[in-house]
Parts: sequence; C-alpha cells; structure tokens
Amino acid sequence: MSIRRLHKDQPVDFAFTTANKEWAEGQIAKYPEGRQASAVIPLLWRAQEQEGWLSRPAIETVGEMLDMAFIRVLEVATFYFMFQLQPVGAVAHVQVCGTTSCMICGAEDLISVCKDEIAPVAHQISADGQFSWEEVECLGACSNAPMVQIGKDFYEDLTEESFREILAAFARGEIPTPGPQNGRFAAEPVTGLSTLTEMVSDKHGQNASAERATVYGDTIKRIQGDEVPVLKPITRKTKA
Amino acid sequence: MLKDQDRIFTNLYGMHDRSLKGARARGHWDGTAKLIKKGRDWIVDEMKGSGLRGRGGAGFPTGLKWSFMPKESDGRPAYLVINADESEPGTCKDREIMRHDPHTLIEGALIASFAMNANACYIYIRGEFIREREALQAAIDECYDAGLLGKNAAKSGWDFDLYLHHGAGAYICGEETALLESLEGKKGMPRMKPPFPAGAGLYGCPTTVNNVESIAVVPTILRRGGDWFKSFGRENNAGTKLFAISGHVNSPCVVEEEMSIPLRELLDRHCGGVRGGWDNLKAVIPGGSSVPMLPQNICNDAIMDFDWLREQRSGLGTAAVIVMDQSTDVIKAIWRLSKFYKHESCGQCTPCREGTGWMMRVMERLVTGEAEVEEIDMLLDVTKQVEGHTICALGDAAAWPIQGLVRHFRNEIEDRIKHKRTGRVSSVAAE
Repeated sequence: MSIRRLHKDQPVDFAFTTANKEWAEGQIAKYPEGRQASAVIPLLWRAQEQEGWLSRPAIETVGEMLDMAFIRVLEVATFYFMFQLQPVGAVAHVQVCGTTSCMICGAEDLISVCKDEIAPVAHQISADGQFSWEEVECLGACSNAPMVQIGKDFYEDLTEESFREILAAFARGEIPTPGPQNGRFAAEPVTGLSTLTEMVSDKHGQNASAERATVYGDTIKRIQGDEVPVLKPITRKTKA
Repeated sequence: MLKDQDRIFTNLYGMHDRSLKGARARGHWDGTAKLIKKGRDWIVDEMKGSGLRGRGGAGFPTGLKWSFMPKESDGRPAYLVINADESEPGTCKDREIMRHDPHTLIEGALIASFAMNANACYIYIRGEFIREREALQAAIDECYDAGLLGKNAAKSGWDFDLYLHHGAGAYICGEETALLESLEGKKGMPRMKPPFPAGAGLYGCPTTVNNVESIAVVPTILRRGGDWFKSFGRENNAGTKLFAISGHVNSPCVVEEEMSIPLRELLDRHCGGVRGGWDNLKAVIPGGSSVPMLPQNICNDAIMDFDWLREQRSGLGTAAVIVMDQSTDVIKAIWRLSKFYKHESCGQCTPCREGTGWMMRVMERLVTGEAEVEEIDMLLDVTKQVEGHTICALGDAAAWPIQGLVRHFRNEIEDRIKHKRTGRVSSVAAE
C-alpha cells in the first residue's frame, strides 16, 4: 500500500472528446442497468489516455457520468496504480518492471539508465519536459525479462544499450518497434522452437502485440477515441 | 515428452494464422453446438473426470467448482467471470493465450457459461495488457460477426454475451472476490467468505471465477475426452500445463508440457538448461512469487506438479518457474518480493497492511547484513503472525517466500550478518 494523493496544481476543467464520449457510453452499456459504476476504471483510464494523467476535474466528470459520489471515484483513482495522479513527460512515461524476474535479469541497469537519461528520481519530469519514469511491479512478461512499458506497448528482452537506443529514438520523434528486442518473435525460446515446429506460417510478420502497435501507430499517442477500430461501442446486447 | 498433436495451445507463439479462420483450421470451434447439446451434467461430469485442477494457482478441481453453481435460477442471473488479471510475478502464460490463441478462451467461455447456466461472462484482464486486450476484443468481435457469440451462440440454442473488462494495475484484483469488487467499480478489496461467489458473487448473483487457462482448455478436453486429458501427469495432477520459465536459463520461454515433468527435463529441453550448467543452479521458485523457493539439492529430483511440490513445502502455483544461478543474491531476490507484497497489499487487514511493510524493512537489513542474528527468528515469527490472519491469501503469499528463504538459506543470511560485523568483505554478498 502506498499513499497516493491528487496533484497540487489542477487544470480548470476536463471534457471527453466527442469520440471518447461515445466510446464511454458504449462501455457503460456492457453492464446491467443500474450497474454503470462498473465502467469506472475503463472511463478513468480513457480520461488518462486522452490527457496523459488523471486530474481532479477528470475524476469529477467521470463521477457525474456514472452517477457516483465523488469520493467513490476518488477511492478508485487513488487505489489503482496505473492512474497517474501527477503530470507525466510530454512524449512518454517510461515504466520499468523491477520485480524479481526482471531484477535478476538486469532491471536495475535499466533503472540506472532512466536516472541517467530522464530524471534522478521517479515521477520527476525530465529537464526538457519530454519524459518521466517510474519502477513498477511485475508487468507479466517475465519470460521476456527485462522489459519496460512505454505508452501502450511492451519493449522486451532489453539490454542497457538497446534501452538507451529506444529512449533516444523516442526523443528523436520516432516510435521504435515494440516486442522482443533480441530478435525473437514472442515468448518462444530464442534459440529456436522446441515445440510446435509445424505451426509456422508466413501470415504474420510480428507477434500480436507488436503487430497492432505497428498498424495503429498509437504507442504514445493521446487517445481521441477513433484510433482503434476493434474497441467499438457494444451495440449488440441480446438481452435488455 | 508431450507430442505436438497433444498440445492444446497450438498457436502459443502466434506464428500461425491468429484469426478465426486460422483457429478453425487448428480444430477450434469444431462441433461446439454438439458439445453443448450433450447437456450441462455431461459437461460437468466430463470436466470432473478429466481431473483438471484450476490453473490460477490454488489448484482446486474445476469440475467440482462448477458443480457448486445453483442448478436452477431463483430469478437472479448467473455469471462466469474469467480471471485474466495475470499479475503473479513470474507468470506470463495467459498473455500468450489471449493474444495468440484467443479462440480457445472464447469457445471455452461459451461452453463453461452454458454449463453454469450463465448467459453473460466477463473477462477481467489486467490493465497493463493493452495490446492483448485489443487482440482479444478483436477475436470477440470476429466471433459476434460469425454468430458464435450473441443470440443462439454457435447455433447451440444458448444466448450468450461475452464482455471484456479491464483493471488498472492492482495485483490484489487477481484474488477472486477483490476482482468482483473491482468489476463492480470499487476498490479491489477482498470480501469475507462466506458467502462464496457461487452463492453471491458479481452484483450479488451466483458467480464462478476461473483462470484463463482453466477455461481455455475446456473445449479440447470435451472434444478429446476427459480420459485423454487424464492420461498426462501423475494421479491427481492430470493434464497438460503451460509453464513460464524466466530468470537464469539460456533461453527463457513459455511452453506447454505434461504435468509432472521433471524440472530438470523442462529446463534442459526447452530452455537450453541453466546458465552455466546445472551445477551453477542455486535455487528455483517453482510456481510464481507466492510459493517458497527450492535449493539446488531439492531441484535435482523435482517433479513439476501440485502434490510433489506440496510435499516439499512449496507449490506449483501458476507454474511460473523463476530460475536463479549461483551469481544471484537470493536474499535480495526475496527482499524484492517483500517489496512487491508491501506495494500490493490493499490495506484492509491490519496484519497484512502493517506486516508486509515490517517484513520488507527487516529483509532490507538482512540484504545489507546490518542486522542481528536474532532478527531472523523475529522475522520468521512475524511471518507466522501474518499468515492465516487475513481475509485473503495475500498475507500468506507475503509470508511464504520469506519462510522458504530462511528454511533453505539461513546460513547465508547468518554469514552475511557475521561478515558485516567483523568488517570483512563477504564473499557471498557479492552479486
């Protein structure tokens, strides 16, 4: 448990873009009538995707949309660690996995790189305003350790050098290809397939995560609501 | 060794066609309606007969869990909730299912929901898996368009809606009642049991919460028969299983293997062996961060299943194998887990909220060696006071890794303290 509070400097207001608002209404429709509070995490998350971080006006807006007391939404916003309650770097917020599997594979070196290249302490924005970083708990890509999450994507099988190069690429305005950085496809052995040797086709050039990142190109984009076709509003409820 | 034709997740690495068409070519969505028409009792009995034990860590028999759901509705709807909040350190198996073989999960969700009288199912995926969420949602959309979900799903006569919901980075939401709280739009704080979710779960309605892998293996088990599944692994530890291996092996990977495979065979065959050879092995955490570690001498004969690891006072957990070679500072490795549990404790129960911080701080001192030897027993005593005294198992999970460390590496901890005291540079402290 850690103490998380709202940032001292808050913007005046918040409003969802039209597309995001439509998307939000589709999310609410996923839950039974009267259970709209269930959509609180997806809506807060979309607010953060739109603005980069979660402000008090955004939390209040979501509360109004879901007919929830402000304190209930605030509880959720402060409980879940993915909600950034303070501004983050304008280009990207870098999340380095530091839990045991990654740690024994070199996550501490990656953290040193962050301290070196971005800011000496977590959550501090770099001098040029472009980046911020933090150490996070296990991100669930342990066979591809060590790894970091930047925006929507995982950069896996990193070394100090490849990580430095990725940060430099972002700083140049590029979006490096996510996924394993040591040449492997997904979570198969890097030395070659030990199983499923027949299940190879040339249909996909990249694993499912990296392919989406490449097609959508929205790794670090502020989400306006019209980027990802598959997350369209639910309109096909079979029951009232 | 398990043959490729006996593997359930034939597109685990996503190298084959990942679309519905590709899934059908691999045999998924084949005769789903026929399986459903065999009826609820047949499905539950077949699952019981298969010997499948829950793949989320606790290893509770899946068929038995399903049978706890009310046979007839009292007016309340029933729900299946699939736990895709994969956050246990070391565990990265469900991610591969969801992004590369999602149709196994979607078909399983339909069949399992029918077996539990549920017309709606929610998949709760962890918030960080954004691309995985998109991949799974795309597969769900594809199924709706093909008539496999929705009204009269897959022409089975059963109306079924599948919704994907996501969290926002809280390990505790992998605990089933915390997950339900979170799904209802609250903080993820575990509920007291009873009532159990099968009586009053999501929105106060009968609910079963199953792990992704437990649901995704269902269609194949039913198609090939419970006996087929049971033919793998030792008695009471049936089936095939996804193993996720990380840490100091030459080629870490996620792989589907037979249950009860010897640890050494698993590492040698799929991971190119331990870095620097088997003798360079120091310890293994065999089932994700919550289970106690095993030193090399036990690893020599280790068999990867629920019962064998239980006998060694460890556990199979999620079958996430974290391998540590001789260069590893095991005290620091476990300290990092203590830090994890301190970070992830929801704060509801005092022993866990205070205890996890306390344990982490003592572990910190043991890492540097700036402690008294007596503190080891004091630490052990605190782990016993946290264990079993909390609503959910996070307190236990925070205590066990430390107990495992002290049980097997007490000498190393004591040496470090003594060396610190005498001012000599410790040979073991070096990383």
